[in-house]
Amino acid sequence: MSRESDHNGGGDKRMKTRMGFTGDEALAYAAKQSNVDVVAAYPITPQTIMVELFSEYVANGEVHTNFVCVESEHSAMSACVGASLTGARVLTATSSQGLALMHEIMYIASGLRCPIIMGVANRALSAPINIHGDQSDMMGSRDCGWIQIYCENAQESYDWTLQSFKIAENPSVLLPVTVNLDGFILTHAMEGVEVFTDEEAKTYLPTSKVECRLDPSKPATVGALCLPDYYFEFKKQQDEAMKHVSPVLLKVTEEYGRLTGRKYGMLEEFETKNADVIIVCLGSTAGTVRSVAKELRSKGKKVGLLKLWLYRPFPSKEVAAAISEAKVVVVLDRALSPGAPYGALCQDIVSVMYESKTKPIVTDMVYGLGGRDITPPEITSIYEEALIAAKTGVVKEQVRFVGVRE
Amino acid sequence: MMVTLKELTTEELLAPGHRLCGGCGASVAARMALKMTRGPTVVVQSTGCLEVATTIYPYTAWRVPYAHIAFENAAAVAGGIEAAFKALERRGAWKDHVDVIVFAGDGGTFDIGIQALSGALERRHDFVYICYDNEAYMNTGIQRSGATPYGASTTTSPAGSVIPGKAEWKKDFAGICAAHGIDHVSTASIAYWNDYMTKVRKAIEVDGPAVIHVLASCPRGWRCNTSDSIKMTRLAVQTRFFPLYEIEKGKYKLSMKVPKPLPVEELLKAQGRFSHLFKPERKGELEKIQRWTDENWNRILSLCGEKPEQPPLQPGPA
Repeated sequence: MSRESDHNGGGDKRMKTRMGFTGDEALAYAAKQSNVDVVAAYPITPQTIMVELFSEYVANGEVHTNFVCVESEHSAMSACVGASLTGARVLTATSSQGLALMHEIMYIASGLRCPIIMGVANRALSAPINIHGDQSDMMGSRDCGWIQIYCENAQESYDWTLQSFKIAENPSVLLPVTVNLDGFILTHAMEGVEVFTDEEAKTYLPTSKVECRLDPSKPATVGALCLPDYYFEFKKQQDEAMKHVSPVLLKVTEEYGRLTGRKYGMLEEFETKNADVIIVCLGSTAGTVRSVAKELRSKGKKVGLLKLWLYRPFPSKEVAAAISEAKVVVVLDRALSPGAPYGALCQDIVSVMYESKTKPIVTDMVYGLGGRDITPPEITSIYEEALIAAKTGVVKEQVRFVGVRE
Repeated sequence: MMVTLKELTTEELLAPGHRLCGGCGASVAARMALKMTRGPTVVVQSTGCLEVATTIYPYTAWRVPYAHIAFENAAAVAGGIEAAFKALERRGAWKDHVDVIVFAGDGGTFDIGIQALSGALERRHDFVYICYDNEAYMNTGIQRSGATPYGASTTTSPAGSVIPGKAEWKKDFAGICAAHGIDHVSTASIAYWNDYMTKVRKAIEVDGPAVIHVLASCPRGWRCNTSDSIKMTRLAVQTRFFPLYEIEKGKYKLSMKVPKPLPVEELLKAQGRFSHLFKPERKGELEKIQRWTDENWNRILSLCGEKPEQPPLQPGPA
């Protein structure tokens, strides 16, 4: 579904094909270029566009993919696990309630080491029912053993989908990945996205080389019952695989950067050096924060941004290195952890800083639930207040709600 | 055409040494079915007795590729596997056709797995779904399921002083599957091995989904002798309590006529789970079960286009 494209000729060998895509479409287009063997998915707002666009590719014979249009997300994830065991390349996408319904099988996908890629259109969970963006859905499944990546824009949605297959299918990893897009803000907003040509994509990402574990010529039992004498060892191996993610991710992003000029990593720092105040966040909010930070920097205020692409495995060392020199760290949590000391992201930040020699003040701002906008003036005042706290060393509240009527 | 003993392979794809109970009907159902495979085969299982007792790591009883994912999703998993092999074939990464056979208990089928099964049947995945029905959640300790017969005492439908065991009737599972318009649905009993095994082969040869509902005794849950396991599944047929039939493309056909049915009491009195029904004050319950059996038999006969063999009994006291 190309809405516009302009091919730049000339000597630059880097791809210059630009398409107009929403975040959902960018993910579907990346999937189309990824030689995906099986897509099993169930529609849910705001993920629907991904499934609809992909079924167009199937209907028009543009892909060899077997598209299984299942009757629920639970069956979507179940079919994905079954398909992945054959060594096929597998993709799905969901959101919110759908992700919650998959929860049970997500643990099995990672436990059975199935390198499935899943687009997650982050959306609030019921009740009350709400279809708009927040990250409570993924945070509810954060311990399911999946690699979790958060995108800031449609370009990242495309880029991370392609890179995720390489990370997931690496023999030392073999873990599933969620590519997270903020509901509506990213899933439905159209942007210019630079893409590979189909040929370039094929070269970058050849067909899956993952071993078939259901080969009739080599019968094996998958999903055996493991009692206290073996279960623990399986879980330990799974944790070891998680440890392999970071080095593999760095290699993959390095290669991708060489090919495209767009260099990714575990996290992105903006003006964190010498910053008194650093805001830490995930996803699309980083764009707003960056623009506010840029403006405040131009006024001589020492503020910065730390955006995490990789949330699981949590890049602890890198995060600590990025924020330990700051005086105040403000964490933006677009999810609620009722009864917990902090929101999910802030809990990780606080844990990481416990080991640090220098300890900034850490505060948590819960924001944007159910798709409530967070505005540049709100971020400006968050920075301003934090700059005062940086001087006084005092914060009023450790955890605060931003943008809620009280 | 029925299979004969001489034609059966001596190869055992479900190896001995597994840890199912003595007299377990599920193992018999799986073992017989696997003697009817026609080539490369993958087995998918839902969580249940057959799964936990055959795959205790680091051992496995399965000499075919085998996948167990969870309780309620065996049909969805089978669909994913079938879809993947087709896709791999399409891009030249796979050659041989692979038959996919699911084994799932009545809990994983009648109840928690019915949605995934319905979806997979509607999508017409090419697979065989064998529900081994031992009429309760035996793996977790004999709790009632949608397949548990009326009046049976289970740990969640105990025979109490007020409520005499399960108060609901068995679901018409074959009818539900047939309503999906698939090519093959059948009922079977492990006591009639050649009927069952012939149906398994037929089901495998169907291009698309096929379902077999096989009655497989559980001496623990039925409260009968382990040595009477096969006898119980034979009695169920001979009393017309469990009619054997097949539904091919919507057309019902009786697999076994039972011209001289035994009273259903013969079956009920052989199993401890019904023993409370034999108290004098529960006589009405026995009559009720006999009446249901007769009516259900006539219902099946009429679906098979046959004349009712006896008039339904007059309604008795409830």
